[in-house]
Amino acid sequence: MHSFGFRANALLTFAATILAVICAMASFSDTLNSPSPTAEVQVLSINWFQNQPNGNDEVSMTLNISADLQSLFTWNTKQVFVFLAAEYETPTNSLNQISLWDGIVPSKEIAKFQIHTSNKYRFVDQGSNLRGKKFNLTLHWHVMPKTGKMFADKLVMSGYRLPQEYR
Amino acid sequence: MMDWQGQKLAEQLMQIMLVAFAVVAFLTGYVMGSFRLMILVYAGGVFLTTLITVPNWPFFNRHPLKWLDPSVAEKYPKPQPQEPPVVLKKKPAKK
Repeated sequence: MHSFGFRANALLTFAATILAVICAMASFSDTLNSPSPTAEVQVLSINWFQNQPNGNDEVSMTLNISADLQSLFTWNTKQVFVFLAAEYETPTNSLNQISLWDGIVPSKEIAKFQIHTSNKYRFVDQGSNLRGKKFNLTLHWHVMPKTGKMFADKLVMSGYRLPQEYR
Repeated sequence: MMDWQGQKLAEQLMQIMLVAFAVVAFLTGYVMGSFRLMILVYAGGVFLTTLITVPNWPFFNRHPLKWLDPSVAEKYPKPQPQEPPVVLKKKPAKK
C-alpha cells in the first residue's frame, strides 16, 4: 500500500542514508587539509631536581609553551586535544614518554597560544637515570572531528638536557 | 491512496529532492566553513520534501484508475473456473 506511513518511512530511511553519505564526505574533506602547525617550548628553569626515597628521580621545571595549531582546524573539527611529553631513552626502556602538560583547544580562534607553566603532571623516572639526561619535548595532538576519522600527529623538539646534579 | 502515476511521481520527487538538498547543503557548509549550516540546510530540505511528497496531495491523483461500470461488467460472463484436465489413464497396451 502506498499510504502516508509508507511514504514517510521511505523518506526518512532515504534521508538518513544520505545524511550518512554527506557526513562521510565531510570527513573525507578533512584529508584535503594539509596542516602546518608550529610549536616552540623553552625550559625556563629547573625548580627542583631530586632523588625520591624510593630511588626514582623527579624533576620539576617551568616551561614556556607557544604553539600555533590554527591550521589543524577545518569546518569539520570539534576540538583538538594537545599534550606535551618528555621523551628519552634509558637502558631498561627504549622509550620513556612522560606527559608534562595537556590541554583542549575548543576553537580555531584560541589555537594560537602561549602558556607559561610548571609541569602539570609529575616528571618521575623509573629509576635514577635523569642526571645529565638528553630528552626531547614532543607536542602530540589529536584532532577530533565532528564526524568521521580522528587524526593524530606530533612535533618533536630535541636538544634539551637535564642538569648533572640534583638541586 | 494515490493513483499509479502519482506514486511514481511522489517517489521520484522524494529521491531527487533529497539528493539535491544534500548537494546544496554540503556545498553551502563547505564553502561557508560551517558544519552546522550544512546540517540546518539539509534538515530544512528534508522537512520541505516531507511536506511535498508525503501527504496525498491532489496533484498526485490526476490519473485516476478507470474501472468498468458494474452494468457493463455484468453483460459479460465471468470467467468460470476451469475443469481440471481429465487425465486419461493409459491402458496397458496389449501385445
